[in-house]
This record gives sequence, C-alpha cells and structure tokens, in this order.
Amino acid sequence: MKRLMQLLKSFSLWELIIGLKLTGRYFFSRKVTIQYPEEKTPVSPRFRGIHAQRRYPNGEERCIACKLCEAVCPALAITIEAEPRTDGSRRTTLYDIDLFKCVYCGFCEEACPVDAIVLTGSHDYHMENRGENILTKEKLLAIGDKYEAQIAKARAEDAPYR
Amino acid sequence: MSDIEIEIDGKKCQAKPNAMVIQVADEAGIYIPRFCYHKHLSVAANCRMCLVEVEKSPKTLPACATPVMPGMKVFTRSPKALAAQKAVMEFLLINHPLDCPICDQGGECELQDLAMGFGSEDSHYNEGKRAVKDKDIGPLIETEMTRCIHCTRCVRFGAEIAGMRELGATGRGEHMEIGTYIEHAMKSEISGNVIDICPVGALTSKPFRFTARAWELQQFPTISAHDCIGSNIYAHTRNGKVMRFIPHENKNINETWISDRDRFSYEGLYHEDRIKNPSIKKNGAWQEVDWPTALEFAVKGLQQIVEKDSPEQIAALASPSSTLEEFYLLQKLMRSLGSSNVDHRLRQVDFEDQDNASAYPSLVMPVTELQQCDVIFLVGSHIQKEQPIAALQVRKASLNQAKILALNVMDYSFNFALTAKQIVSPGDLVVRLAAVIKALHSSAQNSIPTEVLSVLSHVEVTTSDSEMAAHLRSGKKVCLLLGAIAANHPNASLLRILSKEIAKLTGCHVGFLSEGANSAGAWLAGAIPHRKAGCKALQKPGLNAKSMWEQCCKAYLLLNVEPNVDCANAVLASKALEKAQFVVSLSLFKNSVLEEHADVILPMAAFTESAGTYINVSGATQKFAGVANAFESSRPAWKILRVLGNLLHCEGFDYTSQEEVYQEVKSIIDNAEPLSAVDFKLPEEKFKKSHANTFYRIGEIPIYSVDSLVRRARGLQLAQPILEGNVIEARMNSRTASSVRKQDGDHVTVTQQYGKMTLPVRIDARIADNAVYIAGGIPETSELGELFGEVELQ
Repeated sequence: MKRLMQLLKSFSLWELIIGLKLTGRYFFSRKVTIQYPEEKTPVSPRFRGIHAQRRYPNGEERCIACKLCEAVCPALAITIEAEPRTDGSRRTTLYDIDLFKCVYCGFCEEACPVDAIVLTGSHDYHMENRGENILTKEKLLAIGDKYEAQIAKARAEDAPYR
Repeated sequence: MSDIEIEIDGKKCQAKPNAMVIQVADEAGIYIPRFCYHKHLSVAANCRMCLVEVEKSPKTLPACATPVMPGMKVFTRSPKALAAQKAVMEFLLINHPLDCPICDQGGECELQDLAMGFGSEDSHYNEGKRAVKDKDIGPLIETEMTRCIHCTRCVRFGAEIAGMRELGATGRGEHMEIGTYIEHAMKSEISGNVIDICPVGALTSKPFRFTARAWELQQFPTISAHDCIGSNIYAHTRNGKVMRFIPHENKNINETWISDRDRFSYEGLYHEDRIKNPSIKKNGAWQEVDWPTALEFAVKGLQQIVEKDSPEQIAALASPSSTLEEFYLLQKLMRSLGSSNVDHRLRQVDFEDQDNASAYPSLVMPVTELQQCDVIFLVGSHIQKEQPIAALQVRKASLNQAKILALNVMDYSFNFALTAKQIVSPGDLVVRLAAVIKALHSSAQNSIPTEVLSVLSHVEVTTSDSEMAAHLRSGKKVCLLLGAIAANHPNASLLRILSKEIAKLTGCHVGFLSEGANSAGAWLAGAIPHRKAGCKALQKPGLNAKSMWEQCCKAYLLLNVEPNVDCANAVLASKALEKAQFVVSLSLFKNSVLEEHADVILPMAAFTESAGTYINVSGATQKFAGVANAFESSRPAWKILRVLGNLLHCEGFDYTSQEEVYQEVKSIIDNAEPLSAVDFKLPEEKFKKSHANTFYRIGEIPIYSVDSLVRRARGLQLAQPILEGNVIEARMNSRTASSVRKQDGDHVTVTQQYGKMTLPVRIDARIADNAVYIAGGIPETSELGELFGEVELQ
C-alpha cells in the first residue's frame, strides 16, 4: 500500500504541486523584498550608524571642544585638539574618530552638551583605502550637512523619551 | 597656653587656642566644604559654604571664622549642617553660568565638585542670571567674570601675599564685581597664583586656554629652572608634551606659590626655534646629520686641538641652570682632557676672591627662614624680580616688623617697605658699603682689623651710613643679601669681602642670591676653574668665564649658552667665537651668533625632558625625573657628554644612568674636605671717591630675559613690557639727563668700552645720580659689551 501511494505521488508530481503551492502563495502575497539600494527599510530613530557633526542653523559648528565625548568613549576612538579660535571661542582644531576602534555605543552623543556629535541612521558606508577609517572634522561636518534633515527628524521623534 | 580639646563629628581633636574650627578639622582629616577660606590667606567668611552645626548654638556657624572653645562639639555632617550647605550652594549657583563645557576650570573646579557633593539637583531660581563684563588684566590671566562667586581670594592674595592691591571688589550685592578699578594689566611677578586660588573658572591661564582638560593631564613633580630658589612644581603633560606648570607645595621652599616665570616658561619648550636635529658646518654651510656623524665630527675637532695645540686651548662654559650631573660630566670631560677652563658664572666679571669663597654661594638658611629675620640688608639686589619667591619671605619679615635696608643702584619699588635705603651709582656701591663698615666700626665693641681700616681711610661716613649701621646692630637675626647686581658688578669680589667684614662685626648671615637654578650645584660639582668637584682647590686654576673670552681660546664647548645674551660681554664672546677654530654647542634653541660661529650644534633636552638634580641656594638637593618626551631627536645633555667622553677615550665615562652619575657626584660632595681660608688683600685705590662726572651703566637683566627658555615663552614676553616698560632705552634721572643736556624722548649715544649705540632717553627718578640703566641680556643692547662699567653719553 505504501509503495502504491509512493508510485502514485511520483507519477502525479505531487511533491512538485506541494512546492508550487508555497511558491504560488508567496507569488500572490504582499512582497517584502526591497530593491536595495534604490529602496531601503525604515530605520529606528535610535539607530546608531556613522557619526556626524552638526551645525547650528546659521552655519556655525556646534562643537565647543569640551572633550566630554573623548572622555566618555570606552574604545578611545575619539581624538581632540583644541585652542581658541580667532574670535576667542573654544573650538577644535582636530576632531578624529577612528571607525575601526568605535563600538557604536552612542555614549559620545549622550555626553555631548550641545548635540554636536551624533550617530546618524546611515549604516551603509565603506572604505577603499588605508586611512579612510579616520573620520576627520571636515568629513564629520560634511556627513552632518548631508544628513541634517534626517538627524533632526530622528532627534525630534526620540525627544519625548529622553 | 595649653591645647584645647574639641570634638568634631564625634572625633576628639586637640586644637591650639585661637585656631578656627576648619583648621582643626583639616588637621584631623575631616573635610568641610569651603570656597573663600585658604590656609595662607586671612579669613573672610563671605562664601558661607563651611557652615557647620555647633552644640548649643541656635544657628549654624562658619567653620572658617569660629574659634575653638573648650569642650566644643561640632557636627559637620548633621542634617542641619547639610541643609545649610545645600542652601548656600543653591544661592551660589543662582548667578553662576552653566558653561562648564567651555570652561577651562571644568574637571578641576571646586564649585563643580562641591555642587556634586553638597548641592541639590535642581534650583528654585527661574529668573534671569546676571552677566558681568570681562576684564582684560594682561597677557597671562584670562578672566570670565560672570563665573565669579566673590570669594575674594584673589583680592586677599594681592593685598596679603603679593603686596600689590591690584584686584578689588566694587559695588555691593548683585552688583559686586571683582576688577582692577581702572583697567590695567596685572604687574605682580607672582600674579599667576590667582589662577590656582580661584575656586571657579573666573581667573584662568591665558597661555593654557582651551588646550587641554584636567582629566587628560598626567601630573609629574619637577623643579623649576629659572631662579636659585628651586620652586617645586608639577608638570602637567599630555601625550608626552608639557601642557602647563602648577605649584607643588613645599613648606620649606615655595609654600604653595610659584612665580609667573616658573609657571609660564613651559611655552618656550616648543618654540619654533627649538633645534630638532644635530647639525654640522661643512665648508661654511650647515647640514643636518645623524647623531653618530655629529658626535664624531665634534670629537675629531676637539682631538685636533688637543693634539696640535694643547688641551688648555679648549674652554667650556655652561648655563648656570644646567643640572648637577651635566656640570659634573662637563668638568670631568674637560679635566680628563687636561684643561680646567670650566665655568658657569657667565654674567660675572670679577673673580678676584674666588679662592676665598665658601663651598658654594649660599643663603645659609632655608628660604622660608628669611621671614624670621629682624633685619635684612639688600645689597645690589632686585630681589622681587630676581627671586620673586624669596621676596615673599622678605615681605613676610617686613610685615613681622623686621627692618629692611637696601643699598642699591635703583630705588626699586619693592612689595615691602624699606626702613632705610641708599641709592648710589654702581661706581659708588663699594665705597658706600665700606662706609657702612666704618660706621659699624666706630660704634663697635669688636672692631675691624687695622689693615682693613687703613685701606678704608679715604672713605667718608655720612649720617645715612651711620643710620644703616645702627639698624644693622639693632637686630638679633640679621641677614645681608647680595643679589645679581652685586654678583655681576665689576667689583663684585670687594662687595663680597666687605659683606663678610660686616658679618664679622655684627654676626649677621651673608646670603648670596645666585643667578640660574643651580649655581650651588655648579660650585659643588666643580664647574668652576679653580676647584675640582667636592671643593678641592687646584694648584693651577683654569681660565674663568671672563678670561676665556678675553684670551680667545682655540675651541669652545658651550652647554646651553647663548653668547649674545647669556654672557657678561657679548662683544668679546662673539669675537672669541669668531676667532676660535672649533666650537661645539649643546643647545636648546637656534641662536644667530651660534649659527654664525659654531661648528657643531647638538640639540639637548630641556629640564623637563631629562632627569637631573638641582641644588638650591639653601643647599637643598632636589632630584627630578624627566617628565616629557624628548623634543624630536634631542638627547639629555648628560648622555651627550657621556658619549663625548667615551669617544674622546676619557676614563670613567661608562655610566648607564643619570642615577649613577648622581651617586658619583654625591659621594664626592659628601666626602669634601673643609676649605682652608685664604687671605684677601683689599686694594686701596678702589675706595677713593669715584669721579663725579663719570656715568656708570646699570646692566640689569629684565625679569623675563634671564634664560633661553623664558626668552621664548610667548606670554612672558608679552608681559615683560608691562612689568619692565620698554627695555630698549637709556633710563636716567633728570639730574643725570640735564647734565648731558637731554630730555625725555631725546636720543643719546652711549659709548662703552666695547661698543657704541644710540638709544632713546627715558627719565626715571628711581635711578641713582650718574647712573644709566641699559638693560642687559637682550640682543638689542648686546653690542655695548659689559653689563656694568663706565659709559660716555653724547
């Protein structure tokens, strides 16, 4: 009896039908695959991606070289040098983050009293050459300029829970 | 009166009568929070942070202003005390801005710490905070007056310690402001201490501004290298680089203060002039080479002189701020080669009495003992600028009713009052000191030897001489201090001998305030031509610093010497260097004269980068370790000298550490035999009255031009004109000026033995008649030659 059923199933391509049933179900169901990089999944406002430095709306950099992020960084990934700028304000002359050392804990962002250093939602970045793992102040500010709308939106969304 | 027993937090404590509760608590190790109280300042009790509960007192009392009573019970952590402290903290924070992230005090701030320890999380105050305009008080101190909590520590420091009431409070209550009344820069030479005593970030260091955070710095103890006091300091370093100096408390030397020169000199360490690599001169052109090439080149040059001429044609000069080990190795190297031409007394010109000198120029007592003197007699000393920390002790003595006398070439405005003073031209300094001796003799029980008296027969005693003599006789503990002007004077040896005669007559101490950080070390280590290490007198002394230049040796070995500004006679020095066949220089900084005349320049490490030992003027041996990384490829000077010794095949140069060198010097110094007295004949012709119409130069070294490091410290160089005025001018009093028919602002041509130059005239009433102040130690006046001496004015 068992052998008979097996013979019947193999001649009627029963297992194929079972398989096609699943295929058919997914064929007609709602699609979840996205066309990366043209399409992207939504990212939590708390996502901790690549770093950025923000500016005030008037274009002035926010960072005041207080060095709290450098002090709090558990991976010692941040290096800061500071001195008075010509107008007498406290500014960094060097602000480097080593992405190879960084553990993306977000403590720097929490420590920052002026919301200057932030972790953006952007996670798809790469390096092609040696040394590109160091994010300099210029690069950080450029990232900040690029993602400012996104950064501001994410901070606003998360504000009630802070 | 016997001690009183009180109880603080249940702990029984012994207290001196009249002690304040906070002092007793500090001794017992019980911490009471405070802002305005400072152990070296008077009690103000205006911050109210130290409120404590005292049994039977209805209200809490300020611990800093509450004297102890027998059987008193104090509670510093009771609910009542804590509530009071919390309330005071809230009041203090009402007007304090929340700018800790940009404040340099952040991380080392007393207000921050106490707010964490004794404050509450939130404030009831929601109104606007006040803002105060910042004051510009000079190139060394940055102000942020909104942060001020009016503890008045800085005001009390100025009035009580520095002796200059520069800061004060104006307005009351909400409108109270700390400032200088009329905007001007601070002129005190120890003004930097207000940075340390300010409990908040209102007064911070300008050169250090925003460069580092307290938590990034590593702290190492070291010794300051700019005067003979040897102030204890901490070097704060970051990544092996010195970021600042702050005081390190030493009760016997500098208490908790340091001078601005000690505090801000670190800026010079990384000056653009600092030499990075060894370089040699080949065919008249400089080329940077590696160490072995440079050392071999130096050795070859020196060997040639030794073989072709004689080792006595080599002369070695060292900065008086070199370490004990450097002095020892330098003289050992020279004496192994067969030459005793070693000296460190670069700015001195009179060495007649050198065999007569004691083991080293000494103050005879610890620096802090000066305050116990009854009479202090300053001879040729601008102590406040030469040794600011010693001047603080003289000031303390003066406040203790001591009589301070001065025999000077200028009427310096000291931060203490002078009981009697005589302001005479440098040419008359010796005669006036002799007159004081004569006056002492006439009123003395133990009179001076007749041969001395006969020499002084031409000296006339005036009433002011007798007055001084009377003051000298009046004290139990009397101290005569000879400063840099006396040491660099053309008749310095006479001043020293006469001072010793005064000591014989009155039983006073004679203290020498020597130049540089380690003159004492140089004498003991043998960096003098007439004695070996351990004060062993030589039969045949070598050339002293002056004759080395005069006699034009074939080769020179210079240890951190800038010939145009560090030497008594820059003209002779550069002439001698020009004639010399071979010049080796171990230097910190590039120097135009050395670049022109030297053959090898070896970059040496600064005192922060090399271990060493300084012996201060009271004989305190202070060892220090290197605190920072050596600059570029520079090496500690003792290592360079050791390798030179090895390469020159001198014996006993196989040291592996600075400690080994130190142990060797120490054993020699410890086993030194006592010196035998040598007679010294006073030359009679020096005591005849100087010519009335001869002008003498006062070649004082401006406060921030004393050594190569401070000359390159930016902040100090900006501060120098504020303290000293424009130093490139000929200053004289109006009588001297009118005798040469000059007025303020005119130009005068000054002719000295070795040079001639035209300088603007400035009328300065402080200067003695027939004397002209032309600063030395600066390149602008170096072409005049000697620091002191006769000048012609046209």
